[in-house]
Formats: sequence, C-alpha cells, structure tokens
Amino acid sequence: MKKVEAIIKPFKLEEVKSGLHEIGVEGMTVTEVKGFGRQKGHTEIYRGSEYTVDFLPKVKIEIIVPDDKLDTVVKTIIANAKTGKIGDGKVFVMNVEQAIRIRTDESGEKAI
Amino acid sequence: MFIKKIKRGILGVVALSLLSGYALMAQSTPPPAPAEAAAPAPAAPVPDSLAYPPGLNAGTAVDLTWPIPADSAGINPDGKNKVTQDELIQNVAHNKVSINLVWTLLAGFLVMFMQAGFALVETGLCRAKNAAHVMSMNFLIYALGMLGFWICGYAIMFGGYWNGPVPIGWQPSLGQGLSLLNKEFIVTLFGKPFGLFGYTGFFLNPSVFDTSVFALFLFQMVFMDTTATIPTGSMAERWSMKNFMLYGFWVGMFPYAIYGNWVWGGGWLAQLGMNFGLGHGHVDFAGSSVVHMTGGVIAFVGGALIGPRIGKYDANGKPVAMPAHNIPMVILGTFILAFGWFGFNPGSTLAGTDNRIAIVAVNTMLASAAGALFSCLYMWFFTGKPDPSMMCNGMLAGLVAITAPCAFVSSLGAVIIGASAGILVIWTVFFVERTLKIDDPVGAIAVHGVNGAWGVISLGLFANGSYGAGWGGVHVLLKDGVQQIINNDAAPATLKKYAELTGSGWADQGVTGAFGTLFGASYNDWSQLGAQTIGTVTNIVFIGAFAFVWFKLSNLVFPLRPKAEDEIQGLDMPEMGAEAYPDMHIADRSK
Repeated sequence: MKKVEAIIKPFKLEEVKSGLHEIGVEGMTVTEVKGFGRQKGHTEIYRGSEYTVDFLPKVKIEIIVPDDKLDTVVKTIIANAKTGKIGDGKVFVMNVEQAIRIRTDESGEKAI
Repeated sequence: MFIKKIKRGILGVVALSLLSGYALMAQSTPPPAPAEAAAPAPAAPVPDSLAYPPGLNAGTAVDLTWPIPADSAGINPDGKNKVTQDELIQNVAHNKVSINLVWTLLAGFLVMFMQAGFALVETGLCRAKNAAHVMSMNFLIYALGMLGFWICGYAIMFGGYWNGPVPIGWQPSLGQGLSLLNKEFIVTLFGKPFGLFGYTGFFLNPSVFDTSVFALFLFQMVFMDTTATIPTGSMAERWSMKNFMLYGFWVGMFPYAIYGNWVWGGGWLAQLGMNFGLGHGHVDFAGSSVVHMTGGVIAFVGGALIGPRIGKYDANGKPVAMPAHNIPMVILGTFILAFGWFGFNPGSTLAGTDNRIAIVAVNTMLASAAGALFSCLYMWFFTGKPDPSMMCNGMLAGLVAITAPCAFVSSLGAVIIGASAGILVIWTVFFVERTLKIDDPVGAIAVHGVNGAWGVISLGLFANGSYGAGWGGVHVLLKDGVQQIINNDAAPATLKKYAELTGSGWADQGVTGAFGTLFGASYNDWSQLGAQTIGTVTNIVFIGAFAFVWFKLSNLVFPLRPKAEDEIQGLDMPEMGAEAYPDMHIADRSK
C-alpha cells in the first residue's frame, strides 16, 4: 500500500476529485493548507502600501492506494491538477505499513 | 424524552392557538361599524380605499380633538356642531409639530443605526485577532457617551438654545417647549455678546420634562455618538479598554457639547454674522464640523499620542500594510452608514414639514456616489487595482463632506464636493501614514477630520443662496443689485422695517458662498467663507488642545496602551476574555 499526498491549487480540487472517482478511488482526505515552494509569495497593494503574501492557500489531498493502482492514481492527479504555470503543486508517494478499518477490524488492502 | 414530548405539545398548542386566532381575525373583517356611524350627518361611511378623492376619509372633523362628539347636538349643551376656526388652527399647528417630531425621531433612529455601520467598518478594517475588542468599543461607546450626554452634554450644548440668533419670524419646529432651554453663559468681548455654553437641562431634570426637549435630546445624542465612535477607529487595535471607558464619558459630556453649543446651540460661532458681519455666522447644516471634524480631530490627537501599532513601521520607518480581515464587513458597514445618513442630513431640518428634505437627501446621495467613484478610479489608476477599503472610505468621505452644505448647494455642487472628497481622502490617508507617521487603521482622520473641514469650507465656496434666509439672525435683502442687511435684534422697529422691505420687492437671500453665482446665487459672499474658516480653525485649535490635555491626563489614571505582549497576541482574549473567531488560529499573529 502507498500513501499519495498531493498539494494542489484549490480551484483544481473538483477536477482532481472527479478524475480519481472515475478510476475507482473510493476515499480521500482533503485539508486546506497554506505554504510556499519555488513560487514564493507575491506582493499586493493595500491602501497604498505594498505587502507580500508569503503563504499561499493550497489544498492537500491524501489517498491510500493498493500498489498496483499507484501509477494510474498519480497520473490522474497530475493530469487534472496541471495548469502548466508555476504553483501547480507537488505529489509525494510513501509506503504505508498497515491499514485497519475500525468498524470491522479488516486490515490490509481490504481496509482501504 | 418525556420532557421533550411535553415541550413539543406546548409548542403545538401555541402554534394552533396562533393560527386559530388569525383565522378568527380574518373572519371578523370587515370590522363592526364604529359608534359614530350612528350619527346622522356623515352617513354610511365609504371605506377609505374607495373614497374619492383618494384619502378623503382619512381624516374628517370627527377626528379632531373634541370634548364631546361634534355631531351629538342632543347632548351638546352649547349646541355647537362645527369645529371653530381656533380649534382648527390648533389642530393644524399640533399636526405640524407632530410631523416634525415624528420626522426628527425617525431620522434619529436611522442615525442610531449608523452605530452598527461604524462597528462593521472599523472591525472589518482591523485584524481578526482584535475583532471582538474593536467591536466592543463601538458597542460600549453607545452606552457611555449617551449617559455622559444625559449628565451634562445636552445641557452644555443646548441649555441656551432659546437665546441663539434666529431669523425674523422663526418658530421652533419641535414646539414651544424648546423655550425651556433658555440659559446661556455669555461673555462680552469687543462690545459683542459671545455665547460660551448652556447650563440648563442637566440629567434632563423635571424643569425640562417636555416632548420637544426630549426629541431634540435623542437626535443630538445619536449625533454625539458618531463623534464619539470616530476615534475608536484611529486608535483601534492598541487602545486599552480601561482608558477607553473614561474617554467614553468625557466625549459625551464635553468636547462635542461645547463646540456644538457654539455652532448649533446659539453660541459665538453662530453669532459671527450678527456680531461681525461674517455671512450668516458659521453655518453647518448637519455636522461636518460639529460632528465629524470634532471626532476627526480627537482621532488625530489620540492616534498621534497612542503611537502606531507594533509592526506598523519597519526599521526604516516605512509603513507596513496590515490588511483588513473582512472586506464584506467593511462594505456592509459602509452601506449601513450611507443609509443612516438619510437620517443624519435630511433629519437635521428637525422638521418633516420643511420640504427642503428632498433636496438634502438627493444632494447627500449624489455626493456619496461621487466620492466612492472617484476614490475607486484614483486607486485603480495609481496603484493598479480599485482597493475596496478605499472605495468605502471614499463614499464615507463624500458623505462627511456634504453633511454641512447638503441643504445649500445645487446638485452639481454636491457632485463636485463628493468627488473632491473622494480624492482628498486618499491623499490624506497617504499623508497621515507616510509623512506624519500616524497609524490610522481605518482612515478616520482622513474621512472625518479632513473631509469634515472640507465640508464646511465647501459650503462657504459653493452655497447658492437658495436656503437659509435669516440664518444666524442675518437677513441679506437684495433689490436691483442693491444690498441691505438687517440683523434680527427682535426690536419692533427692525421687524417693521423688515416687513416693509420684503413687502416692497426686496428678496431675502439664503446662505451664499464665495462662488455662489456659479451655482445660481445672486451675488458672491466672501464673508461667509470667512465665518466657515473661523469655525474650522476654532475646531482644530480648541478640540485639538482639549483632546491633547484629556489623553495626557487620562493616561495617568489608566495607560492608553495595553501591554505589548497582549497587543501582539491580539486584544480579544487579554482585554475582553472572548475571541471573535475562536476556531481560527492559522493566521500569523506576529504582524
């Protein structure tokens, strides 16, 4: 099992979600986050004074997938979240040791 | 479970009884014919909806005050069955005063609601970590200021109302009860009377227990509240609640009341016309100077003394932007204020029977639109985007500026005044923040102080002579280009002369500005501009010095500023014990 953690632009969430739904992903966890990468912040003007917005709003998606589905999931996320402009975000993949469904005590891939 | 069932049962019964009550009421229409229908003369009353001309039945002789029903000749020992002319006059006069009273009260209620607008604008423009604190100050000032005004503010401001300079033939719009306010402290300088403050009506005591006095109290109290709440904007996010509590009483008791006495209470600024031939004295229709400049000057002094918020200026003294936390709140508040201004300006006639209210209302909204548009365009052009907070400041600046001249200028004059206010407010915000290094989070000094001054000055420039004849006791009579001035000293010879002149073609001129002829006046009056300037300078000097002394003194009792660590954390919890937004913690609190 792998955990896919994707940081994407907030307005791309709908597209990514439906893309993942179509390939059979049944669950995900979504969080509103703030941060910066190479894009850095940007400057705005408020009442005549410039200021920088350091942390930009992003959305973090977390999905646990069986190993054989990993490639399609990652490709789907990238295809749907891409605008080609700076600030599109990143996808991280990591190993998951165990998964347990609390209600039934099922474990492993059955629990995903 | 059981209790829940009982509760539901009770709710059901209440709902049912309400419904059935409504059904019964619906059945019982049309209502049973009133008793007087039995009288012979006005037989078979037609429902008002069918009467012609429309409204014919809305009021008839029976509706007039009458000791015994008019048509009951049988039980009327005098045998009179008609309203006498005296009684008719009495009823008409009563209705006139009633209309004025209702108008003034309703306008006052609108102005009271402006308090909500101020609270929203100021809180929205501040940061989330201080939202409960800023909101609470805007809330509490209503209670503190009102009680202060009740204690002595009203007495100082209007205690001498009856002694002020007025036009020939003037009657108080709210009724003769205002004659109870007849004690003004007057000194004589240069052989002329200078009214300084009134001294009757403390605590609205039994000697002034009168409807007209109370109506005027309500209207003036909500105006004072506007003055009082302006400094909470310029000193926001760093003003200790304890010091503020003292301030709340002071502002309700003294500064607005004293300056207000000089302009509206019949004091020496109103007497400038009669005493020194300066136009109609210092004219301020609804309070650009009395209300807004007073608040703006206190805001300026307070903002300067309290110092900028921590982090507002960087090491080089360059201002750092501290963005508003809720723009929708600011815009909603601005609209509430603009709505309340329909009470502020038109209500200042103190008379619903003065049809000038239509002109006043239209001028008011035109200036607000011009102010909003011009500030928006200016920001768009010079900074690249139409800054919403500045648009709102621009609309408020237009409203503040038109407050003094609203009754005296043409619609073009109103648009010019509003548009220039929209630009002026931006220049002032930049000047205050960058040059003077005074931190004013909401732009209160720019909106109220500078545009309050612009309002009274613009009146002295653009007033077109169509309103305000005899104001300040000065009648400027004009015939064939010749001018005569009659001051109302109430002497019979003066009244006779006035009656003769106006009866033989001499036209009584209203308040006229230095460029009045451009807007339809018959002449230009530079002396009016002189009176406006004296009023403006007096406000800055007197209110400025008074506020300086006050803040310095009160700072010794309770320091103006809270602890730095509280300010950095946000004042909501340390000062108020309640967070405005308890679930929100991701915001960077160090700024």
